[in-house]
Amino acid sequence: MSVITVTINGVEGSAPAGATLLEACRQNGVELPTLCHLEGLTPVGACRLCLVQVEGARRLLPACVTEAQQGMVVQTHTEKLVKYRKMTLELLLSERNHICSVCVANGACELRTLCAQLGVDHTRFEYRCPDLPPIDTSHERNGLDHNRCISCTRCIRACDQIEGAHTLDMEGRGIENRVIIDMNQKWGTSRSCTKCGKCVNVCPTGTLFWKGSTVAEMEKEVGFLHWIRGGREKKTWSYL
Amino acid sequence: MTSKAKVATVWLGGCSGCHMSFLDIDEKLLDLADRIELVYSPLVDRKEYPEGVDVVLVEGALCNTENLELLLKVRERSRVLVSFGDCAVTGNTSQLRNRLKIDDVLTQVYQAGPGSIPKGPEALEVLPVLLPKVYPLHAAVPVDFYLPGCPPDPDRILKTVTALLAGEKPQLPAESITFG
Repeated sequence: MSVITVTINGVEGSAPAGATLLEACRQNGVELPTLCHLEGLTPVGACRLCLVQVEGARRLLPACVTEAQQGMVVQTHTEKLVKYRKMTLELLLSERNHICSVCVANGACELRTLCAQLGVDHTRFEYRCPDLPPIDTSHERNGLDHNRCISCTRCIRACDQIEGAHTLDMEGRGIENRVIIDMNQKWGTSRSCTKCGKCVNVCPTGTLFWKGSTVAEMEKEVGFLHWIRGGREKKTWSYL
Repeated sequence: MTSKAKVATVWLGGCSGCHMSFLDIDEKLLDLADRIELVYSPLVDRKEYPEGVDVVLVEGALCNTENLELLLKVRERSRVLVSFGDCAVTGNTSQLRNRLKIDDVLTQVYQAGPGSIPKGPEALEVLPVLLPKVYPLHAAVPVDFYLPGCPPDPDRILKTVTALLAGEKPQLPAESITFG
Protein backbone atom coordinates (compact mmCIF):
# COMPACT_ATOMS: atom_id res chain seq x y z
CA MET A 1 0.00 0.00 0.00
CA SER A 2 1.47 3.36 -0.98
CA VAL A 3 1.71 6.04 1.64
CA ILE A 4 1.32 9.81 1.30
CA THR A 5 2.48 12.58 3.58
CA VAL A 6 0.28 15.42 4.78
CA THR A 7 1.01 18.33 7.11
CA ILE A 8 -1.62 18.66 9.82
CA ASN A 9 -1.42 21.71 12.07
CA GLY A 10 2.22 22.16 11.14
CA VAL A 11 3.19 18.56 11.88
CA GLU A 12 4.06 16.12 9.11
CA GLY A 13 2.18 12.87 9.16
CA SER A 14 1.49 9.95 6.90
CA ALA A 15 -1.63 8.18 5.69
CA PRO A 16 -2.37 5.37 3.26
CA ALA A 17 -3.10 6.59 -0.27
CA GLY A 18 -6.84 6.96 -0.75
CA ALA A 19 -7.54 7.81 2.89
CA THR A 20 -9.87 10.69 3.66
CA LEU A 21 -8.59 13.73 5.49
CA LEU A 22 -10.61 12.65 8.51
CA GLU A 23 -8.89 9.26 8.53
CA ALA A 24 -5.52 10.95 8.03
CA CYS A 25 -6.18 13.28 10.97
CA ARG A 26 -7.32 10.52 13.30
CA GLN A 27 -4.43 8.25 12.32
CA ASN A 28 -2.06 11.07 13.24
CA GLY A 29 -3.66 11.72 16.59
CA VAL A 30 -5.71 14.77 15.60
CA GLU A 31 -9.31 14.37 16.71
CA LEU A 32 -12.08 16.05 14.75
CA PRO A 33 -15.67 16.24 16.00
CA THR A 34 -18.24 14.41 13.84
CA LEU A 35 -21.93 13.55 14.05
CA CYS A 36 -22.95 12.16 10.65
CA HIS A 37 -19.78 10.14 10.26
CA LEU A 38 -19.61 6.59 11.53
CA GLU A 39 -16.82 4.21 10.63
CA GLY A 40 -18.35 1.41 8.59
CA LEU A 41 -20.90 3.61 6.80
CA THR A 42 -20.13 5.62 3.66
CA PRO A 43 -19.36 9.25 4.54
CA VAL A 44 -21.81 11.94 3.39
CA GLY A 45 -20.49 15.25 4.76
CA ALA A 46 -23.88 16.21 6.20
CA CYS A 47 -23.11 17.64 9.64
CA ARG A 48 -20.22 19.95 8.62
CA LEU A 49 -18.51 19.56 11.98
CA CYS A 50 -15.31 18.13 10.46
CA LEU A 51 -14.71 21.16 8.22
CA VAL A 52 -11.00 21.88 7.85
CA GLN A 53 -8.86 24.50 6.16
CA VAL A 54 -6.71 23.18 3.31
CA GLU A 55 -3.97 25.41 1.97
CA GLY A 56 -4.82 26.50 -1.55
CA ALA A 57 -8.52 25.62 -1.29
CA ARG A 58 -10.87 28.56 -1.60
CA ARG A 59 -13.43 27.17 0.81
CA LEU A 60 -13.51 25.02 3.92
CA LEU A 61 -13.65 21.28 3.17
CA PRO A 62 -15.43 18.51 5.09
CA ALA A 63 -12.62 16.16 6.07
CA CYS A 64 -14.81 13.05 5.97
CA VAL A 65 -15.44 13.28 2.20
CA THR A 66 -12.15 14.88 1.10
CA GLU A 67 -9.42 12.55 -0.06
CA ALA A 68 -6.03 13.30 1.44
CA GLN A 69 -3.52 14.21 -1.24
CA GLN A 70 0.27 14.03 -1.18
CA GLY A 71 1.68 17.24 0.28
CA MET A 72 -1.61 18.67 1.55
CA VAL A 73 -1.26 21.30 4.27
CA VAL A 74 -4.23 21.20 6.64
CA GLN A 75 -5.37 23.26 9.60
CA THR A 76 -8.01 21.64 11.82
CA HIS A 77 -8.48 23.91 14.83
CA THR A 78 -8.12 27.53 13.76
CA GLU A 79 -10.16 30.15 15.56
CA LYS A 80 -12.52 30.33 12.58
CA LEU A 81 -13.07 26.56 12.43
CA VAL A 82 -13.73 26.29 16.16
CA LYS A 83 -16.17 29.19 15.90
CA TYR A 84 -18.02 27.56 12.99
CA ARG A 85 -18.22 24.20 14.74
CA LYS A 86 -19.79 25.81 17.80
CA MET A 87 -22.20 27.70 15.59
CA THR A 88 -23.18 24.49 13.80
CA LEU A 89 -24.02 22.87 17.14
CA GLU A 90 -25.97 25.94 18.23
CA LEU A 91 -27.99 25.80 15.02
CA LEU A 92 -28.68 22.09 15.52
CA LEU A 93 -29.93 22.83 19.04
CA SER A 94 -32.31 25.50 17.79
CA GLU A 95 -33.62 23.65 14.73
CA ARG A 96 -35.88 21.00 16.33
CA ASN A 97 -37.03 20.21 19.87
CA HIS A 98 -34.04 18.90 21.78
CA ILE A 99 -35.30 18.75 25.34
CA CYS A 100 -32.40 16.88 26.95
CA SER A 101 -34.01 16.64 30.38
CA VAL A 102 -36.81 14.40 29.12
CA CYS A 103 -34.92 12.61 26.33
CA VAL A 104 -34.44 8.84 26.21
CA ALA A 105 -30.87 9.35 24.99
CA ASN A 106 -29.76 11.72 27.76
CA GLY A 107 -26.32 10.33 28.61
CA ALA A 108 -26.00 8.44 25.32
CA CYS A 109 -26.45 11.41 22.97
CA GLU A 110 -23.54 12.43 20.76
CA LEU A 111 -25.01 15.88 20.14
CA ARG A 112 -25.25 16.60 23.86
CA THR A 113 -21.73 15.24 24.47
CA LEU A 114 -20.21 17.28 21.64
CA CYS A 115 -21.89 20.46 22.86
CA ALA A 116 -20.27 19.96 26.26
CA GLN A 117 -16.89 19.09 24.75
CA LEU A 118 -16.87 22.17 22.53
CA GLY A 119 -18.18 24.44 25.28
CA VAL A 120 -21.61 25.07 23.78
CA ASP A 121 -23.55 25.83 26.96
CA HIS A 122 -26.40 27.69 25.23
CA THR A 123 -27.56 28.69 21.76
CA ARG A 124 -27.73 32.30 20.68
CA PHE A 125 -30.30 31.42 17.99
CA GLU A 126 -34.02 31.54 18.61
CA TYR A 127 -35.55 28.10 19.04
CA ARG A 128 -37.77 27.24 16.07
CA CYS A 129 -39.96 24.90 18.14
CA PRO A 130 -41.37 23.24 15.01
CA ASP A 131 -44.58 21.23 15.02
CA LEU A 132 -43.33 17.87 13.73
CA PRO A 133 -45.09 14.63 12.82
CA PRO A 134 -46.15 12.68 15.91
CA ILE A 135 -43.78 10.16 17.48
CA ASP A 136 -44.17 6.83 15.66
CA THR A 137 -44.39 3.95 18.11
CA SER A 138 -46.36 1.65 15.83
CA HIS A 139 -43.32 -0.63 15.40
CA GLU A 140 -43.03 -3.72 17.55
CA ARG A 141 -39.68 -2.72 19.06
CA ASN A 142 -38.53 0.72 17.89
CA GLY A 143 -39.76 4.28 18.21
CA LEU A 144 -39.12 7.30 15.94
CA ASP A 145 -39.16 10.81 17.40
CA HIS A 146 -38.60 13.55 14.77
CA ASN A 147 -38.06 16.15 17.50
CA ARG A 148 -34.54 14.87 18.16
CA CYS A 149 -33.43 14.26 14.56
CA ILE A 150 -30.37 16.09 13.19
CA SER A 151 -30.71 14.62 9.67
CA CYS A 152 -27.35 12.86 9.84
CA THR A 153 -28.78 9.91 7.83
CA ARG A 154 -26.78 7.33 9.78
CA CYS A 155 -29.95 5.25 10.24
CA ILE A 156 -30.72 5.38 6.54
CA ARG A 157 -27.21 4.32 5.57
CA ALA A 158 -27.07 1.52 8.14
CA CYS A 159 -30.42 0.16 6.93
CA ASP A 160 -29.35 0.34 3.30
CA GLN A 161 -25.66 -0.52 3.40
CA ILE A 162 -25.40 -2.93 6.33
CA GLU A 163 -28.80 -4.54 6.67
CA GLY A 164 -29.65 -4.19 2.97
CA ALA A 165 -33.32 -3.44 3.62
CA HIS A 166 -33.52 0.29 2.80
CA THR A 167 -36.63 0.71 4.93
CA LEU A 168 -35.59 4.18 6.03
CA ASP A 169 -35.17 7.15 3.74
CA MET A 170 -35.53 10.91 3.69
CA GLU A 171 -38.34 13.06 2.36
CA GLY A 172 -38.34 16.83 1.81
CA ARG A 173 -35.43 19.20 1.48
CA GLY A 174 -33.47 21.47 3.79
CA ILE A 175 -35.19 22.30 7.01
CA GLU A 176 -38.31 20.40 5.90
CA ASN A 177 -36.57 17.04 5.58
CA ARG A 178 -37.87 14.08 7.58
CA VAL A 179 -36.78 10.49 8.02
CA ILE A 180 -39.51 8.28 6.59
CA ILE A 181 -40.36 4.59 6.63
CA ASP A 182 -40.93 2.85 3.27
CA MET A 183 -43.49 4.93 1.34
CA ASN A 184 -43.87 7.40 4.21
CA GLN A 185 -46.02 5.16 6.34
CA LYS A 186 -46.29 4.02 9.94
CA TRP A 187 -43.28 1.93 10.92
CA GLY A 188 -45.48 -0.86 12.20
CA THR A 189 -46.95 -1.34 8.72
CA SER A 190 -43.55 -1.66 7.01
CA ARG A 191 -42.99 -4.92 5.13
CA SER A 192 -39.32 -4.24 4.39
CA CYS A 193 -38.20 -3.64 7.98
CA THR A 194 -36.42 -6.71 9.37
CA LYS A 195 -36.59 -5.38 12.95
CA CYS A 196 -32.80 -5.74 13.21
CA GLY A 197 -32.39 -2.53 15.23
CA LYS A 198 -29.22 -1.34 13.48
CA CYS A 199 -30.84 2.04 12.79
CA VAL A 200 -31.54 2.52 16.50
CA ASN A 201 -27.98 1.66 17.48
CA VAL A 202 -26.34 4.04 15.02
CA CYS A 203 -28.65 7.01 15.77
CA PRO A 204 -26.49 9.61 17.55
CA THR A 205 -29.44 11.20 19.38
CA GLY A 206 -32.75 10.12 20.87
CA THR A 207 -34.56 10.06 17.52
CA LEU A 208 -34.58 6.28 17.28
CA PHE A 209 -35.07 4.38 20.51
CA TRP A 210 -36.12 1.05 21.95
CA LYS A 211 -39.74 1.19 22.96
CA GLY A 212 -40.12 1.00 26.71
CA SER A 213 -37.00 2.99 27.47
CA THR A 214 -37.63 6.17 29.39
CA VAL A 215 -35.53 9.24 30.17
CA ALA A 216 -31.77 8.59 29.93
CA GLU A 217 -32.23 4.83 29.61
CA MET A 218 -31.02 4.42 26.03
CA GLU A 219 -27.68 2.82 25.34
CA LYS A 220 -26.30 2.60 21.83
CA GLU A 221 -23.89 -0.05 20.57
CA VAL A 222 -22.20 0.41 17.19
CA GLY A 223 -19.45 -2.24 17.48
CA PHE A 224 -21.37 -4.53 15.11
CA LEU A 225 -20.52 -2.22 12.18
CA HIS A 226 -16.81 -2.92 12.47
CA TRP A 227 -17.43 -6.64 12.76
CA ILE A 228 -19.80 -6.94 9.82
CA ARG A 229 -17.73 -4.73 7.51
CA GLY A 230 -14.56 -6.57 8.46
CA GLY A 231 -16.20 -9.88 7.69
CA ARG A 232 -17.62 -8.80 4.37
CA GLU A 233 -14.61 -6.95 3.06
CA LYS A 234 -11.64 -8.73 4.62
CA LYS A 235 -13.32 -12.06 5.30
CA THR A 236 -12.14 -11.93 8.89
CA TRP A 237 -15.09 -12.65 11.14
CA SER A 238 -13.30 -11.76 14.30
CA TYR A 239 -14.20 -9.73 17.36
CA LEU A 240 -10.59 -8.51 17.57
CA MET B 1 -12.84 40.23 57.01
CA THR B 2 -14.19 42.20 54.09
CA SER B 3 -17.90 42.75 53.74
CA LYS B 4 -19.90 39.74 52.59
CA ALA B 5 -20.87 39.33 48.95
CA LYS B 6 -24.53 40.04 48.26
CA VAL B 7 -26.01 36.97 46.63
CA ALA B 8 -29.55 36.45 45.37
CA THR B 9 -31.48 33.59 43.80
CA VAL B 10 -34.59 34.05 41.68
CA TRP B 11 -37.31 31.58 40.70
CA LEU B 12 -39.03 32.28 37.37
CA GLY B 13 -40.77 29.70 35.17
CA GLY B 14 -39.22 26.54 36.57
CA CYS B 15 -40.00 23.76 39.02
CA SER B 16 -37.61 24.92 41.78
CA GLY B 17 -35.53 21.80 41.19
CA CYS B 18 -32.45 23.98 40.65
CA HIS B 19 -33.03 25.56 44.05
CA MET B 20 -33.39 22.08 45.57
CA SER B 21 -30.07 21.13 43.97
CA PHE B 22 -28.55 24.31 45.41
CA LEU B 23 -29.64 23.18 48.88
CA ASP B 24 -28.09 19.77 48.13
CA ILE B 25 -24.66 21.37 48.47
CA ASP B 26 -25.34 20.24 52.03
CA GLU B 27 -22.69 20.99 54.66
CA LYS B 28 -20.69 23.18 52.31
CA LEU B 29 -23.61 25.62 52.50
CA LEU B 30 -22.27 26.49 55.95
CA ASP B 31 -18.92 27.61 54.50
CA LEU B 32 -20.79 29.54 51.85
CA ALA B 33 -23.07 31.14 54.43
CA ASP B 34 -20.03 32.64 56.18
CA ARG B 35 -19.00 34.40 52.99
CA ILE B 36 -22.30 35.60 51.55
CA GLU B 37 -25.36 37.55 52.50
CA LEU B 38 -28.46 36.04 50.88
CA VAL B 39 -30.34 39.23 50.12
CA TYR B 40 -33.20 37.88 48.00
CA SER B 41 -34.45 34.35 47.30
CA PRO B 42 -37.58 32.18 47.42
CA LEU B 43 -35.84 30.76 50.50
CA VAL B 44 -35.95 34.10 52.37
CA ASP B 45 -38.79 36.54 52.92
CA ARG B 46 -37.73 39.71 51.17
CA LYS B 47 -40.42 41.03 48.81
CA GLU B 48 -38.51 43.58 46.73
CA TYR B 49 -35.38 42.74 44.73
CA PRO B 50 -32.62 44.92 46.22
CA GLU B 51 -30.02 47.12 44.56
CA GLY B 52 -26.33 46.26 44.41
CA VAL B 53 -26.47 42.46 44.18
CA ASP B 54 -23.07 40.93 43.41
CA VAL B 55 -24.12 37.52 42.09
CA VAL B 56 -27.58 36.27 41.20
CA LEU B 57 -28.66 32.79 40.14
CA VAL B 58 -31.83 32.95 38.06
CA GLU B 59 -33.78 29.72 37.70
CA GLY B 60 -36.57 29.17 35.20
CA ALA B 61 -37.62 30.36 31.77
CA LEU B 62 -39.49 33.50 30.79
CA CYS B 63 -43.11 32.37 30.66
CA ASN B 64 -45.18 35.41 31.62
CA THR B 65 -45.06 39.18 32.07
CA GLU B 66 -44.23 38.89 35.76
CA ASN B 67 -41.13 36.79 34.92
CA LEU B 68 -40.04 39.38 32.37
CA GLU B 69 -40.56 42.40 34.64
CA LEU B 70 -38.66 40.76 37.47
CA LEU B 71 -35.81 39.66 35.20
CA LEU B 72 -35.35 43.18 33.82
CA LYS B 73 -35.18 44.51 37.36
CA VAL B 74 -32.77 41.74 38.39
CA ARG B 75 -30.47 42.51 35.47
CA GLU B 76 -30.42 46.19 36.25
CA ARG B 77 -29.64 45.67 39.92
CA SER B 78 -27.09 42.83 39.69
CA ARG B 79 -23.47 42.71 38.69
CA VAL B 80 -23.14 39.04 37.64
CA LEU B 81 -26.21 37.19 36.37
CA VAL B 82 -26.07 33.40 36.09
CA SER B 83 -28.57 31.60 33.86
CA PHE B 84 -29.27 28.82 36.35
CA GLY B 85 -30.39 25.47 34.94
CA ASP B 86 -31.88 24.26 31.69
CA CYS B 87 -35.15 26.26 31.82
CA ALA B 88 -33.18 29.49 32.13
CA VAL B 89 -30.60 28.42 29.54
CA THR B 90 -32.79 26.68 26.94
CA GLY B 91 -36.46 27.06 27.91
CA ASN B 92 -36.42 23.30 28.57
CA THR B 93 -39.80 21.65 29.24
CA SER B 94 -41.37 25.06 29.89
CA GLN B 95 -41.06 25.80 26.18
CA LEU B 96 -42.86 22.63 25.09
CA ARG B 97 -45.93 24.82 24.74
CA ASN B 98 -44.27 27.01 22.11
CA ARG B 99 -45.69 24.99 19.24
CA LEU B 100 -49.22 25.45 20.56
CA LYS B 101 -51.54 28.44 20.27
CA ILE B 102 -51.67 30.30 23.55
CA ASP B 103 -55.50 30.39 23.59
CA ASP B 104 -55.57 26.62 23.24
CA VAL B 105 -53.18 26.29 26.18
CA LEU B 106 -55.31 28.56 28.38
CA THR B 107 -58.52 26.83 27.36
CA GLN B 108 -57.05 23.44 28.12
CA VAL B 109 -55.84 24.47 31.57
CA TYR B 110 -58.50 26.93 32.73
CA GLN B 111 -61.65 25.75 31.00
CA ALA B 112 -61.25 22.04 30.36
CA GLY B 113 -59.11 21.26 33.40
CA PRO B 114 -60.53 19.83 36.64
CA GLY B 115 -60.86 21.63 39.97
CA SER B 116 -62.03 25.05 41.11
CA ILE B 117 -59.28 27.26 39.75
CA PRO B 118 -60.26 30.69 38.40
CA LYS B 119 -61.78 30.48 34.94
CA GLY B 120 -61.83 32.81 31.97
CA PRO B 121 -61.73 36.59 32.57
CA GLU B 122 -61.54 36.01 36.31
CA ALA B 123 -58.20 34.25 35.83
CA LEU B 124 -56.84 36.95 33.57
CA GLU B 125 -57.39 39.56 36.29
CA VAL B 126 -55.38 37.78 38.93
CA LEU B 127 -52.72 36.00 36.92
CA PRO B 128 -49.83 37.52 34.97
CA VAL B 129 -50.35 37.37 31.21
CA LEU B 130 -48.53 34.56 29.45
CA LEU B 131 -45.92 35.57 26.91
CA PRO B 132 -46.79 34.32 23.41
CA LYS B 133 -43.77 32.05 23.63
CA VAL B 134 -41.49 30.81 26.40
CA TYR B 135 -37.93 32.14 26.11
CA PRO B 136 -34.55 31.49 27.71
CA LEU B 137 -33.21 34.39 29.79
CA HIS B 138 -30.62 35.53 27.25
CA ALA B 139 -33.44 36.27 24.79
CA ALA B 140 -34.27 39.28 27.00
CA VAL B 141 -31.16 40.32 28.93
CA PRO B 142 -27.37 39.82 28.73
CA VAL B 143 -26.29 36.78 30.71
CA ASP B 144 -22.82 36.55 32.27
CA PHE B 145 -22.60 32.81 32.83
CA TYR B 146 -24.58 29.77 31.73
CA LEU B 147 -25.01 26.86 34.13
CA PRO B 148 -26.95 24.14 32.29
CA GLY B 149 -28.39 20.98 33.83
CA CYS B 150 -31.82 19.76 34.86
CA PRO B 151 -31.02 20.39 37.58
CA PRO B 152 -27.33 21.39 37.60
CA ASP B 153 -25.77 19.02 40.12
CA PRO B 154 -24.67 20.51 43.46
CA ASP B 155 -21.00 20.23 42.58
CA ARG B 156 -21.25 22.40 39.47
CA ILE B 157 -23.34 24.95 41.38
CA LEU B 158 -20.78 25.15 44.18
CA LYS B 159 -17.86 25.45 41.74
CA THR B 160 -19.62 28.21 39.83
CA VAL B 161 -20.62 30.23 42.87
CA THR B 162 -17.21 29.80 44.49
CA ALA B 163 -15.41 31.03 41.37
CA LEU B 164 -17.77 33.99 40.92
CA LEU B 165 -17.34 35.02 44.56
CA ALA B 166 -13.58 34.99 44.01
CA GLY B 167 -14.11 37.28 41.04
CA GLU B 168 -13.08 34.58 38.56
CA LYS B 169 -14.76 33.18 35.49
CA PRO B 170 -15.94 29.65 36.37
CA GLN B 171 -14.00 26.98 34.49
CA LEU B 172 -16.16 23.87 34.43
CA PRO B 173 -15.00 20.62 32.80
CA ALA B 174 -16.99 19.31 29.80
CA GLU B 175 -18.93 16.79 31.90
CA SER B 176 -20.21 19.66 34.05
CA ILE B 177 -21.79 21.74 31.30
CA THR B 178 -24.14 19.11 29.86
CA PHE B 179 -27.82 19.83 29.31
CA GLY B 180 -30.50 17.73 30.94
